[in-house]
Amino acid sequence: MENRLVVSSSPHIRGKANTQRIMLDVIIALLPATVAGIYFFGLKAILVVFVTVLACLASEYLTRRVLKKESTISDLSAVVTGLLLALNLPPTIPLWMAAVGGVFAIVIVKQLFGGLGQNFMNPALVARVFLLNAFVTQMTTFVSPGPDVISSATPLFQMKEFVKGNEANLAGYWDLFVGNISGCIGETSAIAILIGAAYLLFRRVIGWEIPIVYIGSVALVTWILGGQTLLSGDWIYHILSGGLMLGAFFMATDYTTSPVTFKGRIIMGIGCGVLTAVIRLYTGYPEGVSYAILLMNICVPLIDRYTVPKSFGGEKAVA
Amino acid sequence: MFKSMFKGGVNAPHFKRTQDCETVRMKVPEKVVIPMLQHIGAPCEPSVQKGDEVKVGQILGNTEKFVSAPVHSSVSGTVTDVSPRLYAGGVYITSVEIKTDGKQEVDKSIEPPKYSTSEEFIGAIRKSGLVGLGGAGFPAHIKLSPPQGKKIDTLIINAAECEPFITSDYREIIENSWNVLNGINIVMEALKINNVIIGIEDNKPQAIKEMTNVASKSDKVNVVKLKSRYPQGAEKMLIYATTGRKVPSGKLPSDVGVIVMNVNSISFISEYIKTGMPLIKKRVTVDGTAVNNPSNLEVLIGTSLSDVFEFNGGFKVPPVKVLMGGPMMGIAQFSLETSVLKHTNALLAFEEKEAVLPKSSACIRCGRCVKACPMNLLPLYLNTNALKENIEELKKYHVNDCIECGSCSYACPAKIHLVQSIRLGKTQVRQATSKGGK
Repeated sequence: MENRLVVSSSPHIRGKANTQRIMLDVIIALLPATVAGIYFFGLKAILVVFVTVLACLASEYLTRRVLKKESTISDLSAVVTGLLLALNLPPTIPLWMAAVGGVFAIVIVKQLFGGLGQNFMNPALVARVFLLNAFVTQMTTFVSPGPDVISSATPLFQMKEFVKGNEANLAGYWDLFVGNISGCIGETSAIAILIGAAYLLFRRVIGWEIPIVYIGSVALVTWILGGQTLLSGDWIYHILSGGLMLGAFFMATDYTTSPVTFKGRIIMGIGCGVLTAVIRLYTGYPEGVSYAILLMNICVPLIDRYTVPKSFGGEKAVA
Repeated sequence: MFKSMFKGGVNAPHFKRTQDCETVRMKVPEKVVIPMLQHIGAPCEPSVQKGDEVKVGQILGNTEKFVSAPVHSSVSGTVTDVSPRLYAGGVYITSVEIKTDGKQEVDKSIEPPKYSTSEEFIGAIRKSGLVGLGGAGFPAHIKLSPPQGKKIDTLIINAAECEPFITSDYREIIENSWNVLNGINIVMEALKINNVIIGIEDNKPQAIKEMTNVASKSDKVNVVKLKSRYPQGAEKMLIYATTGRKVPSGKLPSDVGVIVMNVNSISFISEYIKTGMPLIKKRVTVDGTAVNNPSNLEVLIGTSLSDVFEFNGGFKVPPVKVLMGGPMMGIAQFSLETSVLKHTNALLAFEEKEAVLPKSSACIRCGRCVKACPMNLLPLYLNTNALKENIEELKKYHVNDCIECGSCSYACPAKIHLVQSIRLGKTQVRQATSKGGK
């Protein structure tokens, strides 16, 4: 052979997008919400974030090692999971519980199913629900923002009481918007989440389909059915409180557990929205974002299968 | 209806650094190797033997098969060998090797073709050996023959040239715009077409200006500015962007009343009708990080790649990857001993950095491939099903509609070799179909 040439299939150039950069973008987008959480809930919040991220990274590294697979911590997906989990935990949670959540998310939900891209449910959300069921008290004790630790019911809990006709202390829109309310570390400040979401949309890391349809559906259903009479629900209150903003922009849009087709993403948004509203309005739980997204996660393979688009100039696929 | 844009695609880089390189005619090489297959379809049977004297334009091979085009000698000289030779695609194809005498004597039979009906015109085009010069090499006479009962109302001239690096079409417009218009008039008249659209991407303002200026002489010819987005020059995308028509799956442009011709092809028709000289040369963009001197060369068909690169000034560093065609759809070459073909529009040589394959990681299901696919397919599922040899699923996901443009692989953040798997999937489906007889 004269000189040896590399022979490969076209295309011979590739775009700049890479997995690590996408994950970094998500981390950057989560920073405003993280900072808001630390501002409102103090040092304790930093510790929770630190512990979950560390637990996720360590579990990712160790599981891959035990399974004798290539290390994947450099793709930063474990950091995203850790950060998302922390933002979904109450600031007062004992740190060891937060660590258990991180390990559960990575080892059980992600790596045992094959690692990045293979898990069928969002690891951070499953971990949160796992903790919620394992440690009910610690996971449902919320405090008001500020230096004094005063336990306080969340705005959605207040709303539930209000609709029942009981005495309730509803939060103002402004407090809901900036995040001056009780709740999980990263879910309270709508404005901080929206700043991050705008960055993700701008960077085209996520599409508008799922979050906008999700939030829109919640608004619609809570407006129609969420009040003491029909069409009197306080939908603004609903979309600004609880984990909806965080869930819609950062969890329901999780690539691995959301559909890849346009139609599928619309269905995902509607499904999440309706389920969230139904859980909030008609079950014993004040909040339904986690369960709604997880239920829709399970449907994703089915949704993708039934929304295979017509090819350009072609016929519709039969599923 | 004019759309100027199709759905999907990617913003591939342009790298059109040879756009101001005027075409240089390459000297006649010492020998040429002319393959009997330079088109999509059946290969030709060689009609010359070792020892024969041949002249420029003389037929070297032909076939009775419909989907094919004759092959002509690009030089005058002596046939030194007729045997299978390494071909651009990596296979061996019967080729005629000719030692040139440098005189470039033209064959006596060469004379301007005479025709009075559209059938005779199409017959003459077949004799010219013309194939689609945009890169695919589809025999031109088939494009020009409308299927029974179909009326062709629009001729689209493809000057989109969306592949990075290549400026072969661009130079044709800059250097020979009158030829382009003349070729258009010939085809319009012969096939009785009254509407012509010349599609050019908006990253070539000079070409748009030049062509608009020339086309203003005819009220039937319109130049349209297309958005620069890869793969704007893909036939189905171009038809949609310029007319709003969608070519049905598995059908040809003529099924929607359209003929698409590359700008170099139409210009060739003008020359051919004037002189009768068949297709024996091609403008080739020579570029890439490993070449010394990016340029546009007029090369005789059958010239070896090594002769082209040598004439062009050689390599800066030894090339690690050599492409025939552009970086999105071009074919990587095994050897520099392969020949320039009728539809070769670029020869690109790259150094180590560009040649190394990116390492694939896990699919994160981000959907970028879905967004990028101009054919509206789901490349990620085609990939997994091809790797599992799942024939039924491949069909369900329309594997055969893939045009292999490479947009999905380009867009993939996990650097998965999607197009490669999809090609594999197409082969699996083809084999299963021929075996199963369905």
